[in-house]
Amino acid sequence: MAQIWDRFQAAILGLLGVATVVVTWDLYKAFGPAEGVLVGDTRVLPRTTERAMPHSWDMLQRLGEPVSALPDAPDAVRAVWDASMFSLGLAARGWVIGVVIGLLLALAMSGFRIVESALLPWVILSQTVPLIAIAPLVRRWGSELQIGGHVWSSEDSVAVIAAYLAFFPVAVGALRGLKSPDKTHLELMRAYGIGWWRTLVTLRLPSSVPYLLPALRLAAASAVIGAVVAEVSIGLKGGLGRMVIDYAVAASGDPAKPWAPIFGAIGIGLVAAGAVGLLGLALRPFRLTGVSR
Amino acid sequence: MNQHASQHAIAVAGVRRVFGKGRKQVIALEDVDLVVGAGEFVSLIGPSGCGKSTLLRLVADLDTATAGTLEIFGKPARRARLDQDYGIAFQQAGLLPWRTVAGNVELPLKLHGVASAQRKARVAELLDLVGLSDFAKNHPDQLSGGMQQRVAIARALAESPRLLLMDEPFGALDEITRERMQNELVRICAETGAAVLFVTHSIPEAVFLSDRVVVMSPRPGRITGVVDVRADGLAGAHDRTERARDEEGFFRAVAEVRGLLHGAPVATVAADGLEK
Repeated sequence: MAQIWDRFQAAILGLLGVATVVVTWDLYKAFGPAEGVLVGDTRVLPRTTERAMPHSWDMLQRLGEPVSALPDAPDAVRAVWDASMFSLGLAARGWVIGVVIGLLLALAMSGFRIVESALLPWVILSQTVPLIAIAPLVRRWGSELQIGGHVWSSEDSVAVIAAYLAFFPVAVGALRGLKSPDKTHLELMRAYGIGWWRTLVTLRLPSSVPYLLPALRLAAASAVIGAVVAEVSIGLKGGLGRMVIDYAVAASGDPAKPWAPIFGAIGIGLVAAGAVGLLGLALRPFRLTGVSR
Repeated sequence: MNQHASQHAIAVAGVRRVFGKGRKQVIALEDVDLVVGAGEFVSLIGPSGCGKSTLLRLVADLDTATAGTLEIFGKPARRARLDQDYGIAFQQAGLLPWRTVAGNVELPLKLHGVASAQRKARVAELLDLVGLSDFAKNHPDQLSGGMQQRVAIARALAESPRLLLMDEPFGALDEITRERMQNELVRICAETGAAVLFVTHSIPEAVFLSDRVVVMSPRPGRITGVVDVRADGLAGAHDRTERARDEEGFFRAVAEVRGLLHGAPVATVAADGLEK
């Protein structure tokens, strides 16, 4: 028994966590007041009606039923799967673009103090601009671009907006990481007479890994959110963003239906974080940084 | 070992190093002359702020002198650094934590394009020299401070330099480990025949290891005297054993260095021992 616990501790705790949420949900729905809990005029706990809080099992069951009454309508789970893959693809594109740009910015900023002073405030400021505001801009500017034979599409706009969110943690995290080697190590590289590039590969990049991995994970989560929200702002069909809006319309008659794309969004968020986790596994040796001085 | 005896390992003349400007100006080194012969072990000793580390960093070309000349084996310091004429070890071992012990020792060889088979043979040789053959595959965080420092010394010796620069390499170790490391260093230096410039603030350490001890004083940092330990009756640094710590000459040299450090007049100072 103890052995099983040791081996699967993380998985068991994870499942328990999910089960707790589900049980709390249904217990509150069963015993909570129909009008929710009000303090003064403020509702601090939601209504427990079918419309506000469908049973957890209804949400699951709804996934197995057709999306609509049309004769050739696919099952909801199928539709959500397709939309999730579509959004995940865009988020992944955004992540890659964001990581590349973030790393380049960090390299430039770590190499030249003046670049850091000039760029860092703008990098931070960039994240205070609401996505809704930049979506139409990206779309308009993009439509005026023509790169080779490639015509700018709405997908490109969504990927760029996802990248806009994803680059930030990478730029900040990588900058800290690249500046993290201590003086002894830097002087050693200088004594070896190797240049900027080889110092980067031998010392700076490996020692930035412990700072980079959390940044990459954050970037993955941001890219997913960015992609879903940008789909709504750009009005791109086929992904989870648009699906959330479409299905929300059905909430009054089919309250379990809007939850389907939400599960999809949770799913791709987990996949994105997991993928970065795998990356972390591959880079494991470099996480020892900072132990020996 | 004496094939380069005609050529000095280090020749420093009229060196001055000033940090900062205007009223915040600090003179770290003033009018420093020093010659270290090939195969000679010279220690720099003095209180904090006397510029001993600065002098070593100038020799290593990790810093640039404001005035004066530095020559390493007859070349400017920068050329000597690029030619890998010296090996260097700091107070912090400075091992790369993600590389194994063997990987750390191998690093300078790898960076300078030595072939893989040769690297392997050299690393085995070096780890044997510092007595860490069994730990080749370990990572630095699995080693004690003394062992890490031995790896750092092996790394400094990787390219068989004729000059070793050491900046308080045993400063962070406990007294017992420290004496053992000193014994090892004497043996290693005898085996490699390299000249050593060694920065420390331990008087017994400086005396035990060196042929000559250079005493420095702060504000401005300058050389106040040189004690030739051999003149006090100790064997040359390469022929020393741990018994030297109990010899009369050892105590005489310690007293002499202490006298210079505390400014007390000492009758028989070999202070003009800047053999040119």
